[in-house]
Amino acid sequence: MYKEKTEKGHQIKIVAFFCNWCTYTAADLAGVSRIKHAPNFRVIRVMCSGRVDPQFILDAFSKGADGVLIGGCHPGDCHYIEGNYKCLRRFQLFKKVVADLGIEADRLRLEWISASEGDKVRLVINDMVSKIQKLGPLDLPAKYKSWDSEMELLEKCVREQSNEIIKEEMEVISHG
Amino acid sequence: MEKTNGQIRIGFYICHCGTNIASSVDVQKVTDFAATLPNVVVAKHYKYMCSDPGQDMIINDIKEQNLNRVVVAACSPFLHERTFRNATFQGGLNQFYFQMVNTREQNAWVHLDPLASTDKAIDLVRAAVQRVASHKPLEQKKVPIHPDVLVIGGGIAGIHAALTLGNAGKKVYLVEKEPTIGGHMAMFDKTFPTLDCAACILTPKMSAVKNHPNIKLCTYSEVEKIDGYVGNFKVTIKHKPRFIIDDLCVGCMDCVEACVYKEARFPDEFNQGLSRRKPVYMPFPQATPQLVLIDPETCIWFKSGKCKKTCVDACERKAVDLEQQARVEEVEVGSIVVATGFQPFDSKKISYYGYGNYPNVYTSLEVERLINASGPTQGVVVLRDGSHPKTIGIVHCVGSRDKNTNSWCSRVCCLYSVKLAHLLKEHTGAEIYNFYIDMRTPGKSMEEFYNRIAEEGMKFIRGRVADIYPDMSDPDHKKLIMKAEDTLIQEIIKVPVDMVVLSVGLEPRHDAQQVRRMLNISCSTEGFYIERHPKLAPVSTFTDGIFLAGCCQGPKDIPDTVAQAGAAAAEVLALIDRGFIELEPNTAFITEEECSGCKSCIHLCPYTAISFLEEKKKAFINEALCKGCGTCVAACPSGSIKQNLFDDEEIYSEIDGILNFDHISRELSYV
Amino acid sequence: MADKPKVAFYWCASCGGCEESIVDLAEDILFVADNVDIVMWPVGLDFKRHDVEAMPDKSILAALINGAIRTSEQEEMAHLMRQKSQVVIAYGACAHQGGIPALANQFELEEILRWVYHDSPSTYNDEKTRPQTKFYDENGRIPELPQLWNVVRTLDQVIDVDYYLPGCPPSPKLLKDAVIALLTGNVPPKGTVLAPDIALCEECPRKETKPTDLVFDEFKRPHQVMIDTEKCLLAQGLICMGPATRAGCGALCTIGNMPCSGCYGPTSRVRDQGAKILSSIASSVNGKTEHEIDKIIAGIPDPVGTFYRYGLAGSILRKKVKFEERV
Repeated sequence: MYKEKTEKGHQIKIVAFFCNWCTYTAADLAGVSRIKHAPNFRVIRVMCSGRVDPQFILDAFSKGADGVLIGGCHPGDCHYIEGNYKCLRRFQLFKKVVADLGIEADRLRLEWISASEGDKVRLVINDMVSKIQKLGPLDLPAKYKSWDSEMELLEKCVREQSNEIIKEEMEVISHG
Repeated sequence: MEKTNGQIRIGFYICHCGTNIASSVDVQKVTDFAATLPNVVVAKHYKYMCSDPGQDMIINDIKEQNLNRVVVAACSPFLHERTFRNATFQGGLNQFYFQMVNTREQNAWVHLDPLASTDKAIDLVRAAVQRVASHKPLEQKKVPIHPDVLVIGGGIAGIHAALTLGNAGKKVYLVEKEPTIGGHMAMFDKTFPTLDCAACILTPKMSAVKNHPNIKLCTYSEVEKIDGYVGNFKVTIKHKPRFIIDDLCVGCMDCVEACVYKEARFPDEFNQGLSRRKPVYMPFPQATPQLVLIDPETCIWFKSGKCKKTCVDACERKAVDLEQQARVEEVEVGSIVVATGFQPFDSKKISYYGYGNYPNVYTSLEVERLINASGPTQGVVVLRDGSHPKTIGIVHCVGSRDKNTNSWCSRVCCLYSVKLAHLLKEHTGAEIYNFYIDMRTPGKSMEEFYNRIAEEGMKFIRGRVADIYPDMSDPDHKKLIMKAEDTLIQEIIKVPVDMVVLSVGLEPRHDAQQVRRMLNISCSTEGFYIERHPKLAPVSTFTDGIFLAGCCQGPKDIPDTVAQAGAAAAEVLALIDRGFIELEPNTAFITEEECSGCKSCIHLCPYTAISFLEEKKKAFINEALCKGCGTCVAACPSGSIKQNLFDDEEIYSEIDGILNFDHISRELSYV
Repeated sequence: MADKPKVAFYWCASCGGCEESIVDLAEDILFVADNVDIVMWPVGLDFKRHDVEAMPDKSILAALINGAIRTSEQEEMAHLMRQKSQVVIAYGACAHQGGIPALANQFELEEILRWVYHDSPSTYNDEKTRPQTKFYDENGRIPELPQLWNVVRTLDQVIDVDYYLPGCPPSPKLLKDAVIALLTGNVPPKGTVLAPDIALCEECPRKETKPTDLVFDEFKRPHQVMIDTEKCLLAQGLICMGPATRAGCGALCTIGNMPCSGCYGPTSRVRDQGAKILSSIASSVNGKTEHEIDKIIAGIPDPVGTFYRYGLAGSILRKKVKFEERV
């Protein structure tokens, strides 16, 4: 799966926030059980899914994550009684914001994975990777760069004393 | 720190873990990469970082190279974070100037492509190197340990743990939900491999528990609620009403004699329903404590409100109290041993074995009672129809090693089947057939035990029984045919028998999940409680102060159960005698001048650690109550709550490290 | 005259409210006028671009630029002001965070132009004429008009900014303090937002009435309720951004019986104001299942417009990042 790069040679990369007690332990269990799965994710350990600040998710997307996965304990099982409910509430509202800002729903996922569910880690990761591979890279750093390319034109036109360049380039930008 | 003029100097180490990591992750490449990262002064790889030479390498480098931060890429932090923090400390640094990268469990072991594993390691190493730069020195909070202990479950595991602790002078609350302690072991006849009688071993221990000055025995009681944390648990124990006043009852059984039911009519739980009891009864003659109880489900007074209440009158000590109510007690303990045991597999789930339909199909536990001298038949093996069996078939692995029921090996069935074969032969002289998948006899003296019994003339057939059905050629239709493939001769065989014994497996108790939630511990896939680490911390749980003993952690035999109970007791003693535990300093705190007093965080804390200071109009976190989940940190709308070890900046630097890479260099890495 | 420090004001994508706020200095404006030479202020004085261009680089002490950057002309002027000024202050919510104009970042430029010039019900434009950057007038001249950019930007996404004066508009007090600080050279570190680094609740008179155990059973919008004039607005089920917004305005909106909509931006400890207030409010939604939660948050029909009303351009994502394929 890893070798199937998208056209531009981009590796799908998912940032995963796993709670210490359930999902991180499940990912360890997957390891101990040698359950193979896609390597396209990088885990950041937090004590509880309730620690996941929506800012982290935006930050990850803006720095180039193609997906963000949050893993917490099943409802009723939170090590901290109800941190996972707080995570769920934020997630329900936050995913609307993320969708409204043009990021596909499949790129942001919340999963309850208990310490015993090593195989669920595999299922969720593989599923998420394959869905995101279909969507292609999000690659916001490149997007920001291309957005800001419209500003580089100014210097060029100042140099060449003509607005013509801007107009031509704008056509390219707005239609291409 | 002064030696380094405020500069960050990071030592980076990646462990080969023999070949565990090095066969998937190019450790040389990761080391070379780490050396190029800002602030990294030392980058090395080594065969076993957790070994003494590995740790010494860290310690020496800290001293010689003036390192002030350490990153180790090795196994899961659950395994060796403490080890490397300690090495960091030994080198003269605050132990929290350390960050670990999980390169084994969550990388080398789960990915197939070494290039991908190496890339992943590189990303996570960059994240850790960036993160560790913003680490701060932290002090661990010491929490005093309340010296009293709660043991949940009064089977052999709980009994042994309680006695060990009590003998060490610790006060123990032993809570058992049944009216007597003893658990499953009390039901057994003899035990393998020594064939000594279970009661001879167990009953002295039971009475030792009862009479122990340091053990408070709470039978017919349940733990309802547990609050608090290691060192300071508040436990709510519910004492169910026996309708007998404990202090007055002497176990004379006069009330039982006097019951309006002249005949015992109700299935006797202890004898697996093979005998009858009255509504007022003692579970078994050696029950501990020696108290009778009234079962409101069968007592006519509770059912209809009409009874002559002869039991009340019969008791000279006025111990019968039909108005008795459940009583709730709250106790404080510092640590907990969970010894809640197992339940036998329910044979009815495998319909083709006919348990419940054919009277001569028995479970192994029923047979234990049947051959027991104090059992329903005083040890005479009489079938439900009154006959004596001449041929007996024993089915191994019932509800074990079967993906349709339970996939695991229950570990004790082979040996107890062999034991039952021996005892049945001894009691009946019958022909005995053992149907097994594999004979599994690990452990000291076990294979010898098996060989000895096998020589007694048992028949061992290697094959799983596919069907059990009545023998139509038998005039009374009482005989049963056991059909199986003998895989050694590759033939289907049909064996007519008088009695079938189903060697049922061990499975998690039906209420294991409920108890798990109450204790805030985890279960493995099968539903047994999960230990912190199978080798490094085999009786600890992920929740500090809670330890495991016996079959609640997984199937095991009595010697192992007792050993494990001893280990759990030893862990508890170590905790108590140390007097305190150092907590992970991942607590949250509020910077007063930054807090606007918006109160958004106050009720988000399930531990009521956050309060609103009315005079200052600011929120305040009581560090002693904070458990460090970080929920309030994520929710503080003005970013005024910070969390040690998991601060925003630390997490941002991880995100940045993971993602901040040069696309070109990555493309090159594939060339 | 020549000895007085020079100050310039400039406006970009803005509503004019920031200019008003300068006038709102009232008699203090005399102090400003006495102590500085205003060398550029399109709304008040007749200086032209070429006047500024003629000045030596860094000859202006401070340029206060309001409005978001949306056109090539605004961008060009921003660069010019930067070149001529020692200090550049992003003045007001739009220059600081993008402000209301940055809500356009939820849409594609083409979408906006089509709506404004063709599709909106009040538009009559059969020829489908669109503004052009260049055309020939009847005298054969070729005037050029600024190009509208695809992205609305904060000032610091275009030029280097020294300080920020937040607010829609900044309060006169903050402006006065900033001018005094500049004149006396008593300036904070570069990058500072010149307003208290604490959330609005600190100065909100309703703070007292907020319960410590507030959970949300429903959300309401201001037009749907009779707003209690004393009680905490969040406690009335209204989305108030106060807890996630810098103080400094004197709680103008909440005193005026309207919830805070966040114009002063986040505190220095927050990277994304919208995400933070969302995190805080959502944590207290009274539900444990997706269904229960969704029912309650349905009361926030436009979360982006609600939580990023003034801050979209300056938020982490900045803009809607992907648009559906146009058919």
